[in-house]
Amino acid sequence: MSDSWGNLYRSNQSRVVIDWRSDPVSVQENLLAIGNRRSYGDVCINDGGTVIDMSGLNKFISLDVQNGVLRCEAGVTLWQIARLVVPDGWFLPVTPGTGFVTVGGAVANDVHGKNHHAVGSFGCFVQKFGLRRSQDGEITCSKDENPELFSATIGGLGLTGTIIWVELSLKKITHSLMAVESIAYDSYDEFLSLSEQSEKTHEYCVSWIDCLNSSGRGVFFRAEHGTQGALSDSLGDSARTVPAIVGAGFPLVNQVSLRLFNYFYMRSHAGTRMYNESIAKFFYPLDSLLNWNRIYGRKGFYQFQCVVPFESASVLTKILAKISADKQGSFLSVLKTMGQIASPAMLSFCRPGVTLALDFPNRGSRTIKLLSELEKMVVEAGGAIYPAKDAAMSADTFENSFPRISEFTSYIDPAYTSTFWRRVKSV
Amino acid sequence: MKNLLVLGATSGISRAYIDLVASRFEKIVLVARSGDKLTQLAAHISASSGAQTEAIIADLADSEKHSALLSEVLAKAGSVDCVLISYGVLTDQSRCAEDVSYAMEQFNLNGSSTISLSLRFAQQMAKQGGGMLAVVGSVAGDRGRRSNYCYGAAKSAVESFLAGLRSDMQKHNVHVLTIKPGFVDTPMTSDLKKGALWASADKVAADIDSAIQKKKNVLYTPWFWRYIMLVIKSIPEFIFKKLPL
Repeated sequence: MSDSWGNLYRSNQSRVVIDWRSDPVSVQENLLAIGNRRSYGDVCINDGGTVIDMSGLNKFISLDVQNGVLRCEAGVTLWQIARLVVPDGWFLPVTPGTGFVTVGGAVANDVHGKNHHAVGSFGCFVQKFGLRRSQDGEITCSKDENPELFSATIGGLGLTGTIIWVELSLKKITHSLMAVESIAYDSYDEFLSLSEQSEKTHEYCVSWIDCLNSSGRGVFFRAEHGTQGALSDSLGDSARTVPAIVGAGFPLVNQVSLRLFNYFYMRSHAGTRMYNESIAKFFYPLDSLLNWNRIYGRKGFYQFQCVVPFESASVLTKILAKISADKQGSFLSVLKTMGQIASPAMLSFCRPGVTLALDFPNRGSRTIKLLSELEKMVVEAGGAIYPAKDAAMSADTFENSFPRISEFTSYIDPAYTSTFWRRVKSV
Repeated sequence: MKNLLVLGATSGISRAYIDLVASRFEKIVLVARSGDKLTQLAAHISASSGAQTEAIIADLADSEKHSALLSEVLAKAGSVDCVLISYGVLTDQSRCAEDVSYAMEQFNLNGSSTISLSLRFAQQMAKQGGGMLAVVGSVAGDRGRRSNYCYGAAKSAVESFLAGLRSDMQKHNVHVLTIKPGFVDTPMTSDLKKGALWASADKVAADIDSAIQKKKNVLYTPWFWRYIMLVIKSIPEFIFKKLPL
């Protein structure tokens, strides 16, 4: 079994487990706290060192149902939270495309969701957290208390210590079903104008793009929390597993399956449609297929996610043309705009612009070459690559696209490190 | 059933079972050795379900104090309707060979003390006119094996005892469930290497819940352990003693 979602690594790291907030960790150096290992690359790997497995530290601490404030341990998953708070009329203020991530991981990667344009990233809703540091023990961080460590730890990739618990403000909802509209589009420009219009009217916007078709066709989704569906209804969570045998063999993702999938996906979403969808289906479409990463076979896969500023967003047409010419790419390629709301995070990936995310089956040097060409185009456009998804970017790229990196470095806990960090730190 | 009593509330299986069923009970009484862990667990239960919790700090290995424990439980909850006994330590077999007093301490912890609690709480429920006693044993109790027979013997004693208790308690409307998990991924086993036979505590908890509802007598969880142990039990002794099991 690999140590991160992309199945790219066979690392040699020892593991300690924390099940209670008071559990000590006897190892004092070369540490990294990890959650459910849903990051694609190496931010959740510490080859040659020790990982502190936080996934069992998953208890709730308190829930203020009146004001929508939840405090929980770092290993609690977003899906656990959704199941708890939806019946009381609350929801996660921001959620990425899987509910299997832990709260600690969501903070450490300052994750974003389909509503970034409207509300910002996950870090915008973190009130405070408990951080265990090798020298100072457990300290509380918030905007008022240890504010520098607060900003360094959000998006800090686990390098500032171990996040033990998190207090989060929730979002009020009145019904459990999402009111969704899907609109097929034929070009990248059409996507941009749909985004611009929809962002004013809809909290959630995202689009699927056909990465094999250079015209930039795709399907735009916009949604709101609707006025249908009782809060007590099931969120819709029956899951199936992709058998391990699939993961042991050849990838199921190839040019033929990709073309077929994209063809049928476009056909089934032709024109404009309006419908209601459960929270699970809208936010976590792939969570119903456990271990879907196995479809990429034994060699695993890379995910590429970049953001480029609006003024140079046309570079994405070149990036998409490059990908389609190279005939690599994935079933689900996602295109979305990010808004102006700034995160408290020093190292946040989120910034105004357009973001593109897609997978590439690992085909060795051919894939690495493509990734480095894409990286170059992103850097020239003044964009950034998302550490939570990355397994390939250079130290220069990382340094140039995260301007507060030197400020951040002074808050790193010297006992903590990661395979990612050793790869991208320039000194 | 109104009240749930969990003896060994901070174990991995207890935690998973409580998470699954908490909202169905009015009151949950938690008993464990660590006050700090009990506080954390009680906060979790009240944040995640409507159930009211009571915490009692007790060293369950100390059978002399079981009578006082019963009184304290009754003072806090009034009655007991469903009791889950789930605590124990994975005995270090190689240490037993060198340290007999350690071996006997372990036998008391995993065996005698559980028998003492089962007896006391079953009798209490008989007095009340009925109830459910669910006790976590182990597939290791099915046959003494070279690699962990001290642990296995304690579990075996518990299971023989429960078989008799079940029959004895029938007339009092007290049902006794023997739970026999295989390898479960919990804090107790966090140092062991995991393989294909391992199950999550959540899976085991779901099996326990359904066995309690259906009033099963003996539960192997996951189910395939019944057949694995059937094979292990049927190997003739003259071969078995040579196997590195």
